[in-house]
Amino acid sequence: MPADQTAHSPVAGVTSRWISAVSDVPAIWKILSLAILFAAWEIGGRTNFNWAFPTFLETMAALWEMIADGSMGAAYLRTLEPLVIGLVISLVIGVSAGVAMGLRKDAEWLTLPIFITMQAAPMAALIPLITFVYGIGLTSKVLAVVMLSMPVIAINSYKAVRNVPQSLVHMCHSFMGSRRQQILTVILPAASPMMFAGIRLGIAEGFSGVVLAELLITPTGIGDLITFNRSIAKFPHMYAAIFSIVALAVITVSLLHRLEVTLFRPEKRGA
Amino acid sequence: MELYGVKVPKSAALLVWIALWEFVGRFELLLLFPPFSEVVMALPEVIGTPSFLEAARITLLSYLGGLGLAVVVGIALGLLMGLVRRADQILNMWVNIFLSAPLSALVPVIMILFGMGMPTVIATVFMFAVWIIALDTRAGVVHTSQSLLEMGTSFGASRTQQLKLILLSALPEILAGIRLGVVRGVKGVVIGQLLVSIIGVGALFSLYSQNFLMAHFWALILILFAFALGLAELINRLEERVEYYAGNRA
Amino acid sequence: MTMTHPIPDPEDAAPVASAIIEVEGIHKIYNGAVTALENIHLEFNRGELTSLLGPSGCGKTTLLKILAGLLKPTSGEVRVNGKPVTGPGPERAFVFQDFALMPWATVLRNASYGLELQGVGKREREDRARHYVAEVGLAGFEDKYPHELSGGMRQRVGLARALAVNADVLMMDEPFSAVDEQTRRKFQEDLIRLREIEQKTFILVTHSIEEAVYLSDRIVLLSPRPGRVSQIVTPNIDRHGDPEAIRRNPEYLDLIDDIWAGLRDYVE
Repeated sequence: MPADQTAHSPVAGVTSRWISAVSDVPAIWKILSLAILFAAWEIGGRTNFNWAFPTFLETMAALWEMIADGSMGAAYLRTLEPLVIGLVISLVIGVSAGVAMGLRKDAEWLTLPIFITMQAAPMAALIPLITFVYGIGLTSKVLAVVMLSMPVIAINSYKAVRNVPQSLVHMCHSFMGSRRQQILTVILPAASPMMFAGIRLGIAEGFSGVVLAELLITPTGIGDLITFNRSIAKFPHMYAAIFSIVALAVITVSLLHRLEVTLFRPEKRGA
Repeated sequence: MELYGVKVPKSAALLVWIALWEFVGRFELLLLFPPFSEVVMALPEVIGTPSFLEAARITLLSYLGGLGLAVVVGIALGLLMGLVRRADQILNMWVNIFLSAPLSALVPVIMILFGMGMPTVIATVFMFAVWIIALDTRAGVVHTSQSLLEMGTSFGASRTQQLKLILLSALPEILAGIRLGVVRGVKGVVIGQLLVSIIGVGALFSLYSQNFLMAHFWALILILFAFALGLAELINRLEERVEYYAGNRA
Repeated sequence: MTMTHPIPDPEDAAPVASAIIEVEGIHKIYNGAVTALENIHLEFNRGELTSLLGPSGCGKTTLLKILAGLLKPTSGEVRVNGKPVTGPGPERAFVFQDFALMPWATVLRNASYGLELQGVGKREREDRARHYVAEVGLAGFEDKYPHELSGGMRQRVGLARALAVNADVLMMDEPFSAVDEQTRRKFQEDLIRLREIEQKTFILVTHSIEEAVYLSDRIVLLSPRPGRVSQIVTPNIDRHGDPEAIRRNPEYLDLIDDIWAGLRDYVE
């Protein structure tokens, strides 16, 4: 009787696996690892194997130049607008849809197939269509962010609610908790770590969405820095722009992960 | 789900959405959606054109090429990381970075390095799929049960036999990684072609939007979605076959 | 259904203990196919500790959850204090096999959770919970989180939570099955002492013959597939004094052998 209850760990497998993997590595190895890649980049650039491949130092110099003259700051101000608006929309709709699907069978039946499709399908294919209908303005870019980030947030919130240990729900019921008390004091707190992990993944997707939007719809912000510098063959600047957005996304996501660990630490070991 | 005591099948939900789509399209409530029936009518028209066949060829070839490469490299990388501690300490961070980074931003770089053709699309598919395969393979190798390995040693297994034991025990994780890689690869093949924009479905999309062919546009998207979901389903089936012993390991 | 009393019970002569829970003709069929329980008639007496004992698949946990109101029987009725059970009630409290503690809450909040649901004010519920946390031997651990406790200590929190709502009946679903043998023994001894302080009715589900004999006033033996009452045994063991002495008591040892002889046929 008890064996199969304990065998299945409720938390999303792959997601938590790679998280635990990365936090085990000591800082010195991370620094060494950075140094090795940047050195390889520098050497690769110096061999001139491709005329459009700048060295690491050239790229960093260009990055510094763009930061210093303010063009990078201005670009990020524009890029962050659709990103933030889109993420807020995704967060509100995604979390509430996910929780609703987790709590109600009818909501699950009706909306889960849509979100599953959205998560598995190449949603980027819709970006040209959206541009076609809504033009090249902010609306299209916000929609691009929403399309990419919402499914993973909704699905993870749904899974989080569904994976709340049944015995906790039963426990609440046995002490005569109402449905409201059950949701507020047991289900939502128990679901929040996984929900947060889903939000983190959604934010990572949101970065992808905004970059795609700025490359595909119309070059603004950071997408403009990439496209423009490419067109005038200032490759160090183009690489610097790409480097900066990748770095920003990675840093944001790892900071969120840090926050996640501090917030939900006691629960990581379960009870 | 049950409605008034009658079991409603899962697929019925899709019918509801299609009906809603048709309704929205008929009454032109949202510009984005032409009636579903029109989209279905456009399907044969889209499939019949030579440019579609060309796009399908490019999509399939670059997808299979990129994914094949990603599977081989991903599993090798994962094995290396799982077996050699030093390699893991150096590579782990990068694999994790590329897993959550906005990879689309790297496509312009790939375009410069590989040109505006199929190699760029192949490289994009590869880059989207390889990291998750590597990471899951690593996880599978790392989680090989210690007692299984000790069993191998105690019965005098050679190094190759040990490696085979590890590979087989990591198989469920490797397959899970490939399944995720398959899904990510489809996103890669679409994003790559969209950004290159002069070949394959990218070219078709520009053609349709220049000529205001909404229904054709949607038909192409439906085909792409069906392709993606069909592939994911196929891998799911395959995975279920391996599942039986994944469940036994605990 | 057979009801035999292999050991004469001196209390039979005394005035009949009043039944706090009556079970009448319970059937439980899962998915219209699997019969988990068949025609269960039972009474649980006030102030006694009754064990539901049987091999896995005999439906003992199902029966307990029906008594607790967590599951609905397919047919039949359960009455507590004469009133039919339709769901969980304030006169019953449940102790879970996997503890069912909230990992994000401290020991004190976990122990006071039942009172929190009843709408008892923060100060009062924490005072009451503190009392029971101390009673189960966890004084000083009030502000710890479940992951900082051992399995045995976690189950003590579960017990404190059930005690704090001051229910008449405590239902324990294999409460010691997830803790190690030493902790389990200590826990069993503590439970005997606890019964001297708390005048409550206990219903305990277990698959351990030793545990059932060690603790119970009455043992209900269930046979599997479908779950039925096969025998009711009333151990007559003096539990005053040294709790270790019970384990050397010849009556305790004989009864374990008797029950095993009856159960071994059901073990494949």
